[in-house]
Amino acid sequence: MSQADLTMEGHSSGMTIGPVFSIPTKKLAMWLFIIADTMTFAACLVAYGFLRNGTPNWPRPFHSITNVALMTFILLTSSLTMLIGLRSARAGDKAGAFRWIMITTALGIVFALLHIREWIGLINEGMTLFKNPWGTGLFGASFFSITGLHLTHVTCGIIALIAVGVRYKGGRYNADDIEVLGLYWHFVDLVWMFVVPLVYLLNLTH
Amino acid sequence: MTTTAADAQKSGGIGKDLIVYVCLLALAGLQFVIAYQNIDVSQMFVRMLAVACVEAGLAELFFMHLWSEKRVFLWFVIIFTVSVLLGMQYGWTDSFRMVNGAPFSK
Repeated sequence: MSQADLTMEGHSSGMTIGPVFSIPTKKLAMWLFIIADTMTFAACLVAYGFLRNGTPNWPRPFHSITNVALMTFILLTSSLTMLIGLRSARAGDKAGAFRWIMITTALGIVFALLHIREWIGLINEGMTLFKNPWGTGLFGASFFSITGLHLTHVTCGIIALIAVGVRYKGGRYNADDIEVLGLYWHFVDLVWMFVVPLVYLLNLTH
Repeated sequence: MTTTAADAQKSGGIGKDLIVYVCLLALAGLQFVIAYQNIDVSQMFVRMLAVACVEAGLAELFFMHLWSEKRVFLWFVIIFTVSVLLGMQYGWTDSFRMVNGAPFSK
């Protein structure tokens, strides 16, 4: 008996199985990805905490919070604009939804540029993956790994926002697809809420 | 999308999103205030982590609409994530051993 026959038999005898947790497959897949990615970031942050706790001369190189505060504000605002985009899509306002998705994209690009500018500033001060002028070389490795992983997620999010936005405008995607993308974007924002205090604020020069 | 989640989004309005956004901004600001408090690093870490957890909870429940999903899914996400995150903490004793320099440095 083929797999198709078995499936048909299952359907005819009322053995059909609905979506797990009554959630559409795409959305469930994104949630599972988010849970898995949470473990990745958590492992990085725990490893960072492990090193920071066990290293006596841990550097505290950040003098100002202006840049990181601005980045936080921009990323939080981009989550709000993403939500407004989703609401517009649910209301059937295709042009409005596309506009808000593009605003979210623009905010993401500004965030990435500020992040890169900060990296360049630190590199110019002599910080690399393996050494820095302030203390243990492990600081550079952990800082660039964690913020780099986050920046990679932001960059992927920007690409996805453009791709999904354009396809939504063209009628190939619908509001559900925007919601799934929104989950990813909010997750990137959520991770930043942990990166800022642990990687930046705990390493401020007092 | 489930009917409950879609209904909740339609009925919630932008007002709720704005309130959550302002709360998140305020909590983020609180983290910056804590960073300038004259307290021990471990205390600072605990306070900042607590604020970050509240922020993450708000974002998950309302921005990611987890609150509008079926309760069984909400509990699945919470229990699965928290149990794995707690499982990751097994190495801390080793980290403190590095600080205290025992037993290998002696």
